[in-house]
Amino acid sequence: MVSPILELTDINKSFGHVQANKNINLKINKGTIHGIIGENGAGKSTLMSIVFGLYQANSGSIKINGKEINLRSPRDSIINGIGMVHQHFMLVENFTVLENIILGFEGEAVFGEKLQKAKEDLEKLCQTYNFNIDLDATISDLSVGFRQRVEILKSLYRGAEVLILDEPTGVLTPQEVDELFKILRSLKDEGKTIVLITHKLIEIMDLTSEVSVMRQGEMVGHTKTEDTSKEQLAEMMVGRSVLLRVDKKEIKKGETIFKVNNLSVKDDLDVTRVKDVNLEICSGEILGIAGVTGNGQTELLEALSGIRKVESGSIELFGEKISDQNNFLNPRMLKEKGLAHVPEDRQRMGLISDFKAHENLIFGYHDQEPYSKSAILNNKEITEYSNKVMQEYDVRPNSPNLITSNFSGGNQQKIILSRELNENPKVLLVGQPTRGVDIGAIEFIHQRLIDMRDKGAAILLASVELDEILSLSDRIIVMFDGKIVGEKENKNVTDRELGLLMAGVA
Amino acid sequence: MEFLSDIASLINSTLRISTPLVFAAMAGIFAERSGVIDFSLEGKMLMAAFVAAVGSYYLGNPWLGLLLAIIVCVCLSMLHGFASVTHKGDQVVSCVAINILIIGLTTALAAAWFGQAGLTPTLNEDQRFLEIHLPFADALRDIPVIGTLYSDILSGHYVFVYLAYLSVPLVFWIVFKTSFGLRLRAVGENPSAVDTAGINVFTMRYKALAINGVLIAFAGAHLSTAVNANFFREMSAGRGYLALAAMIFGKWHPKTALIACLLFGFTDALQIRLQGVELPAIGEIPVQLIQALPYILTVVLLAGFVGKAIAPNAIGQPYIKER
Repeated sequence: MVSPILELTDINKSFGHVQANKNINLKINKGTIHGIIGENGAGKSTLMSIVFGLYQANSGSIKINGKEINLRSPRDSIINGIGMVHQHFMLVENFTVLENIILGFEGEAVFGEKLQKAKEDLEKLCQTYNFNIDLDATISDLSVGFRQRVEILKSLYRGAEVLILDEPTGVLTPQEVDELFKILRSLKDEGKTIVLITHKLIEIMDLTSEVSVMRQGEMVGHTKTEDTSKEQLAEMMVGRSVLLRVDKKEIKKGETIFKVNNLSVKDDLDVTRVKDVNLEICSGEILGIAGVTGNGQTELLEALSGIRKVESGSIELFGEKISDQNNFLNPRMLKEKGLAHVPEDRQRMGLISDFKAHENLIFGYHDQEPYSKSAILNNKEITEYSNKVMQEYDVRPNSPNLITSNFSGGNQQKIILSRELNENPKVLLVGQPTRGVDIGAIEFIHQRLIDMRDKGAAILLASVELDEILSLSDRIIVMFDGKIVGEKENKNVTDRELGLLMAGVA
Repeated sequence: MEFLSDIASLINSTLRISTPLVFAAMAGIFAERSGVIDFSLEGKMLMAAFVAAVGSYYLGNPWLGLLLAIIVCVCLSMLHGFASVTHKGDQVVSCVAINILIIGLTTALAAAWFGQAGLTPTLNEDQRFLEIHLPFADALRDIPVIGTLYSDILSGHYVFVYLAYLSVPLVFWIVFKTSFGLRLRAVGENPSAVDTAGINVFTMRYKALAINGVLIAFAGAHLSTAVNANFFREMSAGRGYLALAAMIFGKWHPKTALIACLLFGFTDALQIRLQGVELPAIGEIPVQLIQALPYILTVVLLAGFVGKAIAPNAIGQPYIKER
């Protein structure tokens, strides 16, 4: 029997008190696409960073082609044929493609012959895999999809036999995902081994031949992909059975309560990011905004929630003009009018991470009764309320005195959601509600949003997860380059159609 | 012809005055391109001036004084690195600490060794650098234009002046044409990218700081063993900060930083030259106004002409590998 190309035995790794990997065993066979699936924080990325030499394991051994190897730095891994495409690309933005690829492997002290040789080799590689990359282009001018190809090319150039990809599809449009999968399949055909880290079940089913499941730092199962199903994998990931589809009642559309007219918004660098946007939302309706990150969704949400100045156009709530270029209501005034906002970036805008959970739970309402009286906080009331609401929202652990940053992403999101939904808002603006949130919590958060809709709230949902948009929204608009490029009723619309709109080609 | 020789002497002093700025700006480029803020150029320049003066006083050779200054400055850079690279301290705080330390240390050591607070003994001709007269400078002086250019502008400088301007293309070559330069720029932009390419981020930053120490030592030695013949208290007089400003004007690029240094040097030279000069129709310009000229120019430049300076992306952030 041939020994596996990569074999991990009893790998342990902890960061401080948190044990990220516990006695991990893993065998990866040559020429396969091997999936590693698990929720956020399950320890997948840590494990692969150990294989890549970026972190060092506390104990355990790593064998490559049957030979035990001590990996002290990424250099050791690269020399032994391991390449990794990280979730956040490891590229220098103001360097050219060529500079990024040769970095660390220049082969000569002063640029000259070897640089020319590298260029020729890379051009050949590009042709072999049909990459279509301009080696002299600057990274910051390239789209996310192309940057990812540069990362793959970089690994191949450095001689990778095993290519690890960490959540490679999170930032891609469906078309780009297709392209990527095509590339990965052709790499496999060339005899390369691919390790795909993901939390998306569909990618595992589509692409891999073998799959390993991780939960809370442990390896909970290995199986051939053909012998398993999405439901079974989800259950292994979470440790209980989960509902993958959202149950949604027929829409009961009320009157239009939120209206945006010809809105334009600029970002901090004075670039117009939202261009002449019109939209309306009725009560009892979820309007989804689909789009690739950075096409103006962030600025749109910020303007609608009163955080960012409106450049031109106006926003109406219940027929009353609340913002235009001359005056706008601040978030507090908007809150009083029944508008709630779950910001995209919960660490930066949604929470104060160093505060205790109960402080974040009432933040914004802290000066109202019963939480405070005559400017003095009523800790007893706050604790009682916190206990109650944390139970209701299933925040784990249920300890209001714990510092917020110690909760997992999903539980932090539940804290924000409970606070924003607490006063039964009429309009709810939600950005990326399940980014970095585990499957179990996603199910819960989605259900809450649906409940709010059924109670008659108007909900604007911006998400880069197309599946989320498709499963929750009643109507979908697509943003590209700050403009609304399409609007669809969420009936019979496919992710293909939306993907084309998101890429700005339809 | 008098006008021409006025211009020549103005250019001559511009070159001389800019010299420590050029060394310091080049030193700053190495540190900051690697992602480490260097506010301590000022302190290191002062320390180099002190060590160079003391060293060449005792050893009798200015080159040995310079060598000592280099060693001490590299040590100071390593100290900065130890605090802010290895131990991930705040880079600005580390620099300020070094600056304060050195102001006190030079004064105190001078008092202890020579009995005068902040003053070292005057160096004799053997102990300091002298002006270099290029061959045939006197013979060629009378040839119009070329003579002036060669004899009055190019000739008659201290060795540091020539070295400073030679260092600029050298720095450019290192930063943009070598693999060390590529790694240097990368480590200041995205240290994670460097780490995942199998290069040690910390080693790179220490290397950059070592070069920074060598270059800044030249600036200090120029002040105390060439232009002056001794060290006096706070003799760096803000040149380190000015060089830092020039480097930022120059957008962390050796060529444009050189231009900024020359501009600062020029306004300073002009300021000295204009003092007491009667201008037609205006009369004598108040000396305070003239002395304010370099600063006014700085503000105007900062406000209008330079545009947004984009710093290396990772500057000021200690590299933290594990969460």
